[in-house]
Amino acid sequence: MTATDLGLPRLGGLDLVPATDEPQKAKDYKSDQEVRWCPGCGDYVVLNTIQSFLPTLGLKRENIVFVSGIGCSSRFPYYMNTYGMHSIHGRAPAIATGLATTRPDLSVWVVTGDGDALSIGGNHLVHTLRRNVNLKILLFNNRIYGLTKGQYSPTSDQGTVTKSTPMGSLDTPFNPVSLALGAEASFVGRALDSDKKGLTEVLTAAAQHRGSAFVEIYQNCPIFNDGAFDVLKDKDEAAQRIIPLRAGEPIRFGPEGEYGVTRSGWGGLEVGKVADIGEDDLVVHDPTIQDTSYAFALSRIGDQHLNHTPTGIFRQVERPTYDDQARAQVEQAAQAKAPNLQALLTGKDTWTVA
Amino acid sequence: MSTSANGSGTGALSATRPTEVSQLDRVVIRFAGDSGDGMQLTGDRFTSEAAAFGNDLATLPNFPAEIRAPQGTIPGVSSFQVHFADYDILTPGDRPDVLVAMNPAALKANLGDVPHGGTVIVNTDEFSKRNLTKVGYDADPLGDDSLSAYEVHRVAMSTLTQGALADTGLGKKDAERCKNMFALGLLSWMYHRPTEGTERFLREKFAKKPDIAEANILAFRAGWNYGETTESFATTFEVAPAKLEQGTYRQITGNTALAYGIVAAGQLAKLPILLGTYPITPASDILHELSKHKNFGVTTFQAEDEIAGIGAALGAAYGGALGVTSTSGPGIALKSETIGLGVMTELPLIVIDVQRGGPSTGLPTKTEQADLLQAMFGRNSESPVPIIAPCSPADCFDAALEATRIALTYRTPVLLLSDGAIANGSEPWLIPDVGTLPDLSVVFATEPNAPDGSGEHWPYVRDPETLAREWAVPGTPGLQHRIGGLEKADGKGNISYDPDNHDKMVRLRQAKIDGIDVPDLTVDDPSGGEARVLALGWGSSYGPIGAAARRVRKKGLPIAQAHLRHLNPFPANLGEVLSRYDTVVVPEMNLGQLAMLLRAKYLVDINSYTKIAGLPFKAEELEGVFTDIITSTKEVAR
Repeated sequence: MTATDLGLPRLGGLDLVPATDEPQKAKDYKSDQEVRWCPGCGDYVVLNTIQSFLPTLGLKRENIVFVSGIGCSSRFPYYMNTYGMHSIHGRAPAIATGLATTRPDLSVWVVTGDGDALSIGGNHLVHTLRRNVNLKILLFNNRIYGLTKGQYSPTSDQGTVTKSTPMGSLDTPFNPVSLALGAEASFVGRALDSDKKGLTEVLTAAAQHRGSAFVEIYQNCPIFNDGAFDVLKDKDEAAQRIIPLRAGEPIRFGPEGEYGVTRSGWGGLEVGKVADIGEDDLVVHDPTIQDTSYAFALSRIGDQHLNHTPTGIFRQVERPTYDDQARAQVEQAAQAKAPNLQALLTGKDTWTVA
Repeated sequence: MSTSANGSGTGALSATRPTEVSQLDRVVIRFAGDSGDGMQLTGDRFTSEAAAFGNDLATLPNFPAEIRAPQGTIPGVSSFQVHFADYDILTPGDRPDVLVAMNPAALKANLGDVPHGGTVIVNTDEFSKRNLTKVGYDADPLGDDSLSAYEVHRVAMSTLTQGALADTGLGKKDAERCKNMFALGLLSWMYHRPTEGTERFLREKFAKKPDIAEANILAFRAGWNYGETTESFATTFEVAPAKLEQGTYRQITGNTALAYGIVAAGQLAKLPILLGTYPITPASDILHELSKHKNFGVTTFQAEDEIAGIGAALGAAYGGALGVTSTSGPGIALKSETIGLGVMTELPLIVIDVQRGGPSTGLPTKTEQADLLQAMFGRNSESPVPIIAPCSPADCFDAALEATRIALTYRTPVLLLSDGAIANGSEPWLIPDVGTLPDLSVVFATEPNAPDGSGEHWPYVRDPETLAREWAVPGTPGLQHRIGGLEKADGKGNISYDPDNHDKMVRLRQAKIDGIDVPDLTVDDPSGGEARVLALGWGSSYGPIGAAARRVRKKGLPIAQAHLRHLNPFPANLGEVLSRYDTVVVPEMNLGQLAMLLRAKYLVDINSYTKIAGLPFKAEELEGVFTDIITSTKEVAR
């Protein structure tokens, strides 16, 4: 279909979800189930952050649904006192698509991991992002398979030695942010599990976004890949490596803000010293640029070794959502032709036997 | 050739030349040509004419999987068989009384099915040396006596069509493409068919290209007038309207009936529908049809693959919609894991499998009923699902309603096994009065249900009668709960690895399916209990089994017939029915899958008759099988 303007009102991500006046607390979102992740797992902090952040949305709790696939992170729904489904390995985006398409009054969240989303479920992920279904996809990236006990994942470093790759893994890893952008995602963000403030900011914007919001969360697996993101957690190292993205502001970082991002050849972006680049040539971050090239170039500044790691919102553009349009077609059809089952069954060519 | 009727494209065609009119009770016609020759359309139109005239009918389209197979070759032959009669018939017919062969390949591929004395109408224009060589004819069969056993009509259809369209300004090639309508016109004349419907159809089909519409109508009329004016056809034939049950009828294919059944099910259940699906032959027409009926609250989601199709359907079901997915056997293989999740989460879901020839990609456009065991057991672990199979194109409507009733009442995925023969085949359908259709409405949970009075909601509390759990949809305050693929604690629904709980839950899921209320099996035995042999079938073999049973009864041999619509669970009286007969013969288009289930469950011997040719059984073939069995059973009894 060509991009038909269906005259849909510009909606926010939560505009059709019933709100509540009742004050909510983080503990209202805790289920009675004992959380069974390994001690020290990054999933705990993410769970706590989400449980503290959800009350700020002011939504009726019964209108929030968490859908997950399989893996450590996919146990998430059991710990949330909302509706939830722990589904099949890789299939959560598909299941959530059916739910979100038929139920505009729900805030639907997909919780997935690097194996679940990028390996077995890669197909569903890219197509869901392409369609721009109104759901939020949180990818907990720990760069390892946890639940199956430590095999390498599609985001593991090349050469990772695991039980299944004793001589080192051979695959080139995915950059999940690049992948999402390549799949036409209308919202792409990244945050660190331990950065409560940064994560909350990205999640809040994701929730408000109408369409698919993809958030990569770097998450530590203390058992099989401990310390994978330690360089981003050490205060001094982090200052050298993390590039915070703030809309409308020049992109710069470093302990003294001495580094910045500027344009390079081939339409790309590169990191340099602000002193060399010059303040005027620093890129001012604008996540609303329609052309994905900019956000993609930004995603390529980050690398597997975390030397430079942009965090925050890479892309945030408005685009019609699949589910809004699907519902609009159903409504349009019903307005054009009132449903008459008898007329449908009878059709045009009949004959009568007396 | 009369130009008056030929020229204007208006006014009704009427036969004036006195021909001998022969009254027949039934006729089987097969249109065969190249896959680009429009044989499916031609057959379909003739069928509509027969329907409009009030005949009973059944059709069998047969076409290659390739959209345009190499021209003029045997693999490229596409055919459409229609059987019409003045009484109620059950099959598309075994052998064509009339074969229309548009080229040598069509003649060669189909002649073997025409009984001696049958009529063969050939398009002589295509019988060039090159075309003959292409299909291995050393000599032109029209030029020697190799067709002497048939009544052959040689008609230069391409030339005549081009001649009739000479003044239209249409290019030669485009004009020649209308030759299928010439053939249709000729056959319509031979069998006194009404023609207004076809002309109206052509005008509607080519509404945006009126010159093409008129060209096709001209060709159609030229064919009619050819019969009328040339003397080569001495006899025309009449098949009187059938004395069917009173009421208003329409013609319908299985896939359309199935799609209508789904639309109706949504209306009767007062639920929105989400069809999540991926295109696959021969099921795609269900998607095409349902996508036309969005005004009934139908959302059609063409997913990225089979798995996402059923995933979306299950997600919609979790949200309180009627979730439906449609596919064929290879798609079921991909959907198995999600069907398992549906079994575990106990959500209603309609899974349609329009079976085709297999294994693997197999014979995409041919029929088979070899997915029964896949439907029954094709998932990991103990994962029972109910199975329903329609027995004819029109029956697909009722089967869809029945599948929905079971899915909604028992909160379970239901497998509906149609197949290529009934999906594409058509027959008259006594249009139901919507007011008489069953109420399928459901009740969603609104209040916490914990039996301990805690005010909690326990998702796996069951109805004591049906063993179904409550359908508590997101958005309902106070009923927040989590479900998923991990084993659930009985009642409370939390994750449970407790051995005794698992044992209990496996048995509960099985008991729920086993306890589904299905109607008893009825047996048709006009001999009043004299029959010692029971012919038992399922699915699309109903027609040929029934037609064969009629034939052997006509010969004075008693035989009882029964047909299973419910394959899981079986009707409660099935064991008793089986025990009544000395011999139970089960014809199946597989290697004996129902026979295996019956033997396992009832410890009875089954006489399994199987054929997996990609085509429905012939009544003639089963007549022979039944006759032999009845005769030998008698001998044993003696």
